[in-house]
Amino acid sequence: MRARLSVFDLFLFAFMGGMIVATLYPFIYMIAVSLSSSVPVLRGEVFLWPKGFNLDVYKMVLQDPKIVQAYMNTIVYAVLGTTMSLIVTAAGAFAISKREMMFQRGFMMMIVVTMFFSGGMIPTFLVVRSYGIVDTIWAMVLPTLVSTWNLIIMRTFFAGLPKEVEESGKIDGLSDIGVFFRLALPLSKAILATIGLFYAVAIWNNFFSAMLYLRNTELFPLQVVLRNLVLQGAGNNAGSVGGDSMLVDESIKYATIIVSTLPILMVYPFLQKYFAKGALIGSVKG
Amino acid sequence: MHPADRAMPVFKKDSFARKWGRSKYLLLLFLPTLLYFILFKYVPMFGVVVSFKDYNLFRGIWESDWVGLKYYRMFFESPDFFKLIRNTFLLGLYKLVFGFPAPIILALLMNELRHMMFKRFVQTVSYLPHFISNVVVVSMLTLFLSPSSGLINQLIEGLGLDAINFMAREDMFRSIYVLSEIWQHVGWETIIYLAALTAIDPQLYEAARMDGASRWKQMLHVTLPGIRAAIIIVLILNVGNVLEIGFEKVFLMLNPAINGTADILSTFVYRTGLTQGNFSYATSIDLFTSLINLVFILTANWISRRVSETSLW
Repeated sequence: MRARLSVFDLFLFAFMGGMIVATLYPFIYMIAVSLSSSVPVLRGEVFLWPKGFNLDVYKMVLQDPKIVQAYMNTIVYAVLGTTMSLIVTAAGAFAISKREMMFQRGFMMMIVVTMFFSGGMIPTFLVVRSYGIVDTIWAMVLPTLVSTWNLIIMRTFFAGLPKEVEESGKIDGLSDIGVFFRLALPLSKAILATIGLFYAVAIWNNFFSAMLYLRNTELFPLQVVLRNLVLQGAGNNAGSVGGDSMLVDESIKYATIIVSTLPILMVYPFLQKYFAKGALIGSVKG
Repeated sequence: MHPADRAMPVFKKDSFARKWGRSKYLLLLFLPTLLYFILFKYVPMFGVVVSFKDYNLFRGIWESDWVGLKYYRMFFESPDFFKLIRNTFLLGLYKLVFGFPAPIILALLMNELRHMMFKRFVQTVSYLPHFISNVVVVSMLTLFLSPSSGLINQLIEGLGLDAINFMAREDMFRSIYVLSEIWQHVGWETIIYLAALTAIDPQLYEAARMDGASRWKQMLHVTLPGIRAAIIIVLILNVGNVLEIGFEKVFLMLNPAINGTADILSTFVYRTGLTQGNFSYATSIDLFTSLINLVFILTANWISRRVSETSLW
């Protein structure tokens, strides 16, 4: 085929270029501002590249006890929550991918119904509160333990595993639990990584559960502290910087955003192909 | 028939005991999931009865006194009723009208990219915002659109115009919400269409080329019909979710200055229930919204099945 550049190609290129800039520029701008010294920021001279490079605001952000505590909390929630969610989801998905399980159709129906109808915010809150997990770590783990969507993606994956694997395991005397742990799981590393990351990102970004179920400030995750700092203007610790506190305050906010988004920005390029693949498995047949 | 059934023809009839014996370990693996769905999905679902009761803190959901439709009547007669319905419906409608075609257009254009490396790069970049939290997105909006130091207003003032306090303007809320929503999710939502695109028979393109169809014509007459089923499924789901707008982002954007357009059913439910403690009243609004959603999705599905033979079930 001839590689000929048509008007259509130019349009495509411009369109995609525009989209890439619109997606990435906000992050570049925030990084540039947060790494600049206050005077160029004040004058509105920073657009693409830091001017008067320094790490002062980052030092300030990382020394803020509230942010450090929130960071630790978020890491704990993400590690604990991802582990538990992944184990429960994988086991549940494996079981429900087996037609011979009793009540399999009924259970599937029960799960699908929750995609279209839910009790809503208030009944869920009242019920969760009655379980006594408000203001504990579990408030950030249990109410979002299983995502229906992730469960269905994994079920589709397990249903697609060759039957011979399971049969050979059964012949060797493994129970279903043995087949699951010894045969199915080792074959599903890619999907486990994908779903694990979906969960990790969801927990990392979870603001809703924290707002609903956490009152104790020591348990606050990053998202709540970030919201209090940026959107409610609380915790303004820019006093030490003097006259230009207003703009330095902006830099601190940008730095906080970058710091709290960094883990996602860093792992994202390496993992996005798994993300897309995982989402594809789910959409092939729901 | 399942392979296992054929393997053991001796037991023709599936007795309860045999079924149990065969699936007890599977049931054990399923147990945690089952418990989760019962405790965190189904108990709250039955908890909606609280909207027909007067919630009493000490007696809990199940023991409180019945009051019938008192709170529903209260909602329908409330001065906020029309404002909330209008705000929720309009926001959902704008999101549907602009947010639904956006990923289809992007996917069609991505599909035309011939340079594989560039295509993969475009996809990678476009999925990124989907993984950024709502708190971060709303923080970015607030900072970029800030009237005193935001980037956008620096540009506006650079052009010699007056700064605009975007986040405090009632008339701008819906645009900001819908545009940022598209920015966040348009890339990710192309995935389902890109998957559908891979299933199109390449011979169709060849035939179209033979007939002298330009790339533009091929896109309209081969690609677009090829992903029709995916488009319809997504449309049904989106129509069903017109009133089910993500609470988090609206809640984070909401401030008293834009209450007139930004206060939607779910933020009102939050305020009524969790801030003011009127759980029964809040739940009645919640249930009302859920039921309307259900009607929307059933209707959309029914219409689609009649018109296009594609449906969710």
